[in-house]
Amino acid sequence: MAKTDISTKFNPLLGETELDLLSKLCNSVSVSGDEQEVRAIVLEELHEFAAVTKVDAMGNVLVRREGTGTDRVRVMIAAHMDEVGFMIVNDEGDGIFEFRVIGGVDPRQLVGKPVSIGREHIPGVIGAKAIHLTTPEERQQVLKVDQLRIDIGTGSGGKVKVGDRGTFATKLVVLGPSIRSKALDDRLGVFNLIQLVKHAPENVDLLAAFTVQEELGLRGARTAAFAFDPEIGIAMDSTPANDLPHYDGLENTSPNTRLGNGPAIYVMDRGTIGDQRLIRWLVASAEADAIPWQFRQPGLGGTDAGEIHKTRAGVPSVSVSVPQRYLHSAAGLIRIEDELNTLKLIHTALTRLDRTILNPQEKM
Amino acid sequence: MKLDLKQHLKDMISAAGPSGYEDPIREIIRAAWQPLADEVRVNNLGSLVAIRRGEGAEPRPSVMIAAHMDAIGLMVTGIDEGFLRFTQIGGVDPRILPGQMVTVHGTNADVPRELPGMVVMPPAGLLPKDGKSGPLPQKYLLVDTGLLPDEVKQFVRVGDVISFATEPMELAGDCVSGHTLDNRASVAAVTVALEMLSRRKHLWDVMAVATSQEEVGGIGAMVDAVAIKPDFAIVIDVTFAKAPGGAGIGNFELGKVTPVTWGSCNHPALHSAMLATAEEYEISIAKDFAPTGSGTDAWDIQVAEAGVPVVELGIPLRYMHTPVEVVSLKDVRRAGRLMAEFIAGLSLDFMKTVIWE
Repeated sequence: MAKTDISTKFNPLLGETELDLLSKLCNSVSVSGDEQEVRAIVLEELHEFAAVTKVDAMGNVLVRREGTGTDRVRVMIAAHMDEVGFMIVNDEGDGIFEFRVIGGVDPRQLVGKPVSIGREHIPGVIGAKAIHLTTPEERQQVLKVDQLRIDIGTGSGGKVKVGDRGTFATKLVVLGPSIRSKALDDRLGVFNLIQLVKHAPENVDLLAAFTVQEELGLRGARTAAFAFDPEIGIAMDSTPANDLPHYDGLENTSPNTRLGNGPAIYVMDRGTIGDQRLIRWLVASAEADAIPWQFRQPGLGGTDAGEIHKTRAGVPSVSVSVPQRYLHSAAGLIRIEDELNTLKLIHTALTRLDRTILNPQEKM
Repeated sequence: MKLDLKQHLKDMISAAGPSGYEDPIREIIRAAWQPLADEVRVNNLGSLVAIRRGEGAEPRPSVMIAAHMDAIGLMVTGIDEGFLRFTQIGGVDPRILPGQMVTVHGTNADVPRELPGMVVMPPAGLLPKDGKSGPLPQKYLLVDTGLLPDEVKQFVRVGDVISFATEPMELAGDCVSGHTLDNRASVAAVTVALEMLSRRKHLWDVMAVATSQEEVGGIGAMVDAVAIKPDFAIVIDVTFAKAPGGAGIGNFELGKVTPVTWGSCNHPALHSAMLATAEEYEISIAKDFAPTGSGTDAWDIQVAEAGVPVVELGIPLRYMHTPVEVVSLKDVRRAGRLMAEFIAGLSLDFMKTVIWE
């Protein structure tokens, strides 16, 4: 039985309940290929809200939240449940393990980090040779993944097994106007999509796809989009804010996005040319509600939209991201206002959505 | 009072204390040592001294136990658009810095403010050409506190100290991981020794010293030895355990032995006496060869005033000077016990045996 608090007004907040949910999502270990922990949270959060929920062959959670209006547009919104991390590939004995990275992690981010392994979050560390024992020449070389080991302590037989996945052990914290956490890419999207299902506008059929294996090439989104057969696709993700100072004081001409400037709307990335009708719709919605927004600088990177828009006979698609510093490292950093404005923007845009957005001439 | 060693050590590695800024850790050690001592004082350069008086007739001989309490750390050198540039206190391999959690001890406002922060690696586009894949020199790294530029300026100024903030982790096999186990693990061993001695008869005065500024060159120990004038000193510091990526000469397994240093910074007679105690009480030890110096407080204590005989113990530690150092509590307990047995066994005329052949 679906709950029926379908609403047109939604003023998102990050109160204690919401922060607890976001912390739980971010602190989970949910590396591409083993998204069970986040999947369980999503199913638990949404079981009383959605009429139809299923887990597909890939492990995506597909939630269909139908509206009550007439001539409802079928909108697929995707947020990926997986995060970058590693897999244990060799047990060298006495608590020492070899590992390989899953997803795009710069090896320079791995050294000297606490990690969390498997469903039971077994603690471990990635150490490094003591500086006292290194030569200046050695210190000019990046420590590569195959030189690093995970150490879970001595006499730890059986707690960690070859094949287990793990990731950084960082816990979410609020730092003034910011949140610092691992896996904000894309637990923020997952969090926002949960909120949208709970507060779905009545004028649309919301097809919520909590996808798997985005970090390995948008693989979950592909089957999710086929199953949903949507009219419009939106990917909610997180995108780099490279808004740091240049090393020698030059102007930073490639920040991609900047923290505090609002949700980042994608015009073009490596995988998708954003549908210009949808971009206009998002911008108009933001302007109408005085929500700050920014265009992400066109360039590399990609989101689940890269697969969604090529599905079946084609699906007009666009991406919106919360700008984030330091993606794919032990912790990223976002501004809380950007997160809330992103959720607000998508919600208000959905309430304004009708089919004429795709066929502007019909409005004449 | 029964000592909860694991909690004691976790409390200590949760505290800041870069060289010269040892106040936070000193208070934690003071709280642990005060009930075990007759007198506690702070020396001129910040070391903490806890004195347990012995039962021998005055004038009693005294033994100094030195374990440094200071930590490696960072210091703010500039503020750039709300990001902090920094330099090092002590020796840090810059390759371990990106992504490390830190605390910025801001002193710019009337009330000092501790700001959580993270060392960050700017994106390649903002770095020189080799920044894309090579190890990043420390001068290009920044600390991000998550605050807005104006807030950062309000709280932080050049010269503020930055400490590591990695949370303690309990690993398997009685192992603990975190920052600054070098040398808080040894301070914990001294606590073990003091606690054992509080239940034992000992003739000698015991001067337990948590020394300051070791990571910048044995500064605290150098002046403490002059202030205390011990008959001899036991120095305890961490040493290299067998670990992925490389170990020191000893290649010590965690949890198996207490290394006893053999080199130029120990008196051979004291070394032999320590080995004899270990044998008598069946305490597992191994020689830790330090052909030149061991790079510890021993070096400076030995040449204080007219010279101080020194014996040195170690605690095997993995990944020294990273924020994920690992020690075994077994090694901490064993080292504490060895020191306690050694001190409890000292006769009033022991120094007559500390002679050159």
